[in-house]
Amino acid sequence: MVPDESMPVKTLRTLALLPVSGLLSGCNMVLMQPSGDIATRQRDLILASTGLMLLIIIPVIAFTLLFAWRYRASNTEAEYDPDWHHSTQLEVLIWSAPLVIVIALGALTWISTHTLDPYRPLSRLDADRPLPAGVKPLTVEVVALDWKWLFFYPDQGIATVNELAAPVDVPISFKITSATVMNSFFIPALAGQIYAMAGMETKLHAVINKAGTYEGLSANYSGSGFSRMNFKFHGLDQAGFDQWVAKVKAEGKPLDRQSYLALEKPSEREPVRYFSSVENGLYGAVLNMCAVPGKMCMNEMMHIDAMGGAGKESHANRARLEYDNRYAEQGIEAPAATVGGSGRESHSKEQPEGMKPKSIAPEVKPGAAPEHSGHGPMGHDHSGQGHSGQDRSGQDHSGHGGPAGDGKDSKGSDPVAPGQLNR
Amino acid sequence: MFSNPDLQKLLFGRLTLDAVPLHEPILLVTFAMVGLGGVAVLGALTYFRLWGPLWRDWFTSVDHKKIGIMYIVLALVMLLRGFADALMMRAQQAMAFGPNEGYLPPHHYDQIFTAHGVIMIFFVAMPLVTGLMNFVVPLQIGARDVAFPFLNNFSFWMTVSGAVTVMASLFVGEFARTGWLAYPPLSGPAMSPGVGVDYYIWALQIAGIGTLLSGINLIATIVKMRAPGMTMMKMPVFTWTALCTNILIVAAFPILTAVLALLSLDRYVGTHFFSNDLGGNPMMYVNLVWIWGHPEVYILILPAFGVFSEIVSTFSSKRLFGYASMVYATVVITILSYLVWLHHFFTMGSGASVNSFFGITTMIISIPTGAKIFNWLFTMYKGRIRFEVPMLWTVGFMVTFVIGGMTGVLLAVPPADFVLHNSLFLIAHFHNVIIGGVLFGMLAGITYWFPKAFGFKLDEFWGKVSFWFWLTGFWFAFMPLYVLGLMGVTRRVQHFDDPSLQIWFVIAAFGALLILCGIAAFAVTLVVSVLRRDQLRDTTGDPWGGRTLEWATSSPPPDYNFAFTPVIHDHDAWWDMKKRGYARPLQGFKPIHMPKNTAAGLILGVLSIVFAFAMIWYIWWLAAVSFAAIAIVSIGHTFNYNRDFYIPADEVVRTEAQRTSLLAERV
Repeated sequence: MVPDESMPVKTLRTLALLPVSGLLSGCNMVLMQPSGDIATRQRDLILASTGLMLLIIIPVIAFTLLFAWRYRASNTEAEYDPDWHHSTQLEVLIWSAPLVIVIALGALTWISTHTLDPYRPLSRLDADRPLPAGVKPLTVEVVALDWKWLFFYPDQGIATVNELAAPVDVPISFKITSATVMNSFFIPALAGQIYAMAGMETKLHAVINKAGTYEGLSANYSGSGFSRMNFKFHGLDQAGFDQWVAKVKAEGKPLDRQSYLALEKPSEREPVRYFSSVENGLYGAVLNMCAVPGKMCMNEMMHIDAMGGAGKESHANRARLEYDNRYAEQGIEAPAATVGGSGRESHSKEQPEGMKPKSIAPEVKPGAAPEHSGHGPMGHDHSGQGHSGQDRSGQDHSGHGGPAGDGKDSKGSDPVAPGQLNR
Repeated sequence: MFSNPDLQKLLFGRLTLDAVPLHEPILLVTFAMVGLGGVAVLGALTYFRLWGPLWRDWFTSVDHKKIGIMYIVLALVMLLRGFADALMMRAQQAMAFGPNEGYLPPHHYDQIFTAHGVIMIFFVAMPLVTGLMNFVVPLQIGARDVAFPFLNNFSFWMTVSGAVTVMASLFVGEFARTGWLAYPPLSGPAMSPGVGVDYYIWALQIAGIGTLLSGINLIATIVKMRAPGMTMMKMPVFTWTALCTNILIVAAFPILTAVLALLSLDRYVGTHFFSNDLGGNPMMYVNLVWIWGHPEVYILILPAFGVFSEIVSTFSSKRLFGYASMVYATVVITILSYLVWLHHFFTMGSGASVNSFFGITTMIISIPTGAKIFNWLFTMYKGRIRFEVPMLWTVGFMVTFVIGGMTGVLLAVPPADFVLHNSLFLIAHFHNVIIGGVLFGMLAGITYWFPKAFGFKLDEFWGKVSFWFWLTGFWFAFMPLYVLGLMGVTRRVQHFDDPSLQIWFVIAAFGALLILCGIAAFAVTLVVSVLRRDQLRDTTGDPWGGRTLEWATSSPPPDYNFAFTPVIHDHDAWWDMKKRGYARPLQGFKPIHMPKNTAAGLILGVLSIVFAFAMIWYIWWLAAVSFAAIAIVSIGHTFNYNRDFYIPADEVVRTEAQRTSLLAERV
């Protein structure tokens, strides 16, 4: 599967590294000395492409400086031909030289994009070792929260916050989503990044080849706590990983829906946390944006839509499908909120520490949101459809079932300006 | 303010006194400086009785040359603001390590990087490009003005209104904290309920109208108003790039307008185009915004390519090598720029085939771009190169830009992009092409056409000082960012833990200070040149041994540009005329039909600021009133039939006689 790119690639790599290596040997360029096979191949690709392009860039720079010097006005020795403006041979050359490079680079791109597709399960552990038969990858479900990372280990039945561990030379299969705005899951030493987006699952396959502790981070700006949305990634040997799992199980508390909802609230500089067990189906609920009791799961709605939709009656589901404004409903400041949205001043000297409910915000009980759910027409036929049944655990269906627009009644004192909530 | 909150809300929307950041020392000082500076400028204008001339000759002018100059003045003013933001970011990142938090908390820092990007692209680069095209294109094609002179004035004032709206966010409320493209859901109503994103939306919407209309205007001008004999393949290369850029503007800006309108609907009326919930899809926004955003990159760089083409052949005293392939390269870039947008988000998880398609189309753009570089190279070959300031910028560009182009192609390789995306490597790349390409090009163009606009050259010594500071400053400021990117450091980070990174940020900050010296030296150039204008005077109208038509007329050109419309026989029309021993006609002048000044554009611009402000702060009555006023003024202006006048023949005779005597004095 892997094309035999190694020979020219290595030559090109050396070519590209020559000027760089001496200059920068002092600093730790993690992208140039990664510890996972995927990142290593991405490094090789960077060097090969750079080498290919330098074949044309270096002559261009050299000729620019040479011509600038040679044909300077004071050098009357040099030939001067003010009307020379065309040469078919040169025209062919200047269009075909970049074309040749782009053909080579395009081929390299097509092949490498397919072989290094993050969705593609691994076919090797590193350059010398193919994937042993029957090896089961470690599955990690990643959730980007405001502003921390939550990792579920479905096979181990544990979860962690801001700490990730994996055994060396075991393929890791990441499933990535977000419970908030878009983030990007990135461990430079391990593999390239991929976006984490709410209501969607992206995938990444990678393997770590060297034991060690590596930096992980969010690479896509996501609000005020973004700069500290870092975590440590531990590459451990199998025994070490088992010990680590045991430690998580021993030290952690269980993670159920209530404690998840508490964790989900925006906070900064979150310490490492361990969870010894995870409520069944919690990741699925997070992915489908229905961890808040009473919310309708995306996959449920999609199923209704796939069956032809629910017509006018689906209006009653509206409140159950609203998600982004769940903090505001509870009087908690939104990630980037200031004046108008939250009553927080638009500029203040103080570092915003965590996002606490403002005293002026009306106290809305956590259970208040789903009250609107009612038992609309949608409540009837899906409990047995094989969706995450636990989503119904709230059992709030006997609520007053009022229209979704309840909130409109409260005027004036509401610190949230009109139009701010999606209702 | 009011005891009754309902009344206050009705009158002022969500605007309260708290929105004025009196407790923010940095802003307070800025406010005081702007206030003092403003008072000083207004005082000076009053003292020297300049209000009348300013109003008559500039603000209400429909003369493309004056509007072009005003665009460039706007861009240079906004450059100071955008660069101040850059310095603040560099300072923050150079100090915020470990226990040191730096001096900018995230909510302030986040506004600064957003404002920096927005201002530099929309209110520095765009006005520079539009201004230069406005000034040069009609002269280059032998026209007396653009096709729609009032529209030109209106476009300019809409751009100013957008800039004023952004600046207002500094002192009333806040600016967006979302990054310069305001990706939802972060920029949606739930995550960013404040006024910041609304400032962003309305500033861009208003300025976008100006940009779009000016695009239509210049296309019509270039297509319909070329002097007789100037076929498409005899147009100067700068005019060609201007044509392609304006086609890109007309095709791309409506997309931005539409996507921002959808975002506004999300924010104002609670639709769910781009929210996470209720079937909204933020990925749609990212796609749409980059379908505008990538052509935008070429909107900026193509005119710079045009400037370099003019300069390299003028200062090599040699015809441009490969004119036809230059034109085809420009057209190919124009078309391909629509087929690459997805390379801005390979990491969103599209399939490998989609990613490789967009990666390879991106690489293909490097072929015509490479051909252009070679064409400039072979224009220098066998030339007689005079290293005056515009040529220095050109050589500086060629050496710098190819590095940026190379890192750009590298980023187009999807698996490489997975590790380099959102990193400081990316930041270094696009500053490498935007500073090394667009900005160098615009500064070269300003230096090159300055004598045409004002009748005297810019001081050469200070011009060179500015060039060398900019060039070294650029390398010091951005090479460390390439290194940091390879160290896995990503963008928009306000604080770092790893102390080993600090040295690179310090070097980058030093580079930013060198660029500051470059900007200061440019300001000195302007001042020194004005003071020494008599020594630097250009009486010929052709100070550089120019090749294209704009050098055929006087410097500065008369209001009507050309007393007689020139007839074109070959490329490089003016060079050809000089070669054929062209004699300036000295008699037979006729009255010249010209457009008349109007204040409608400025009034509409002011009303647009009011409308934007009212929408941003939810002052609905004011929004309704100002919108109605905009409609009334627009319609009212269509009944203004008093739009043109004739410059009498004897005035033309007088002006031309003056030029004749100036030319005679010199000989």
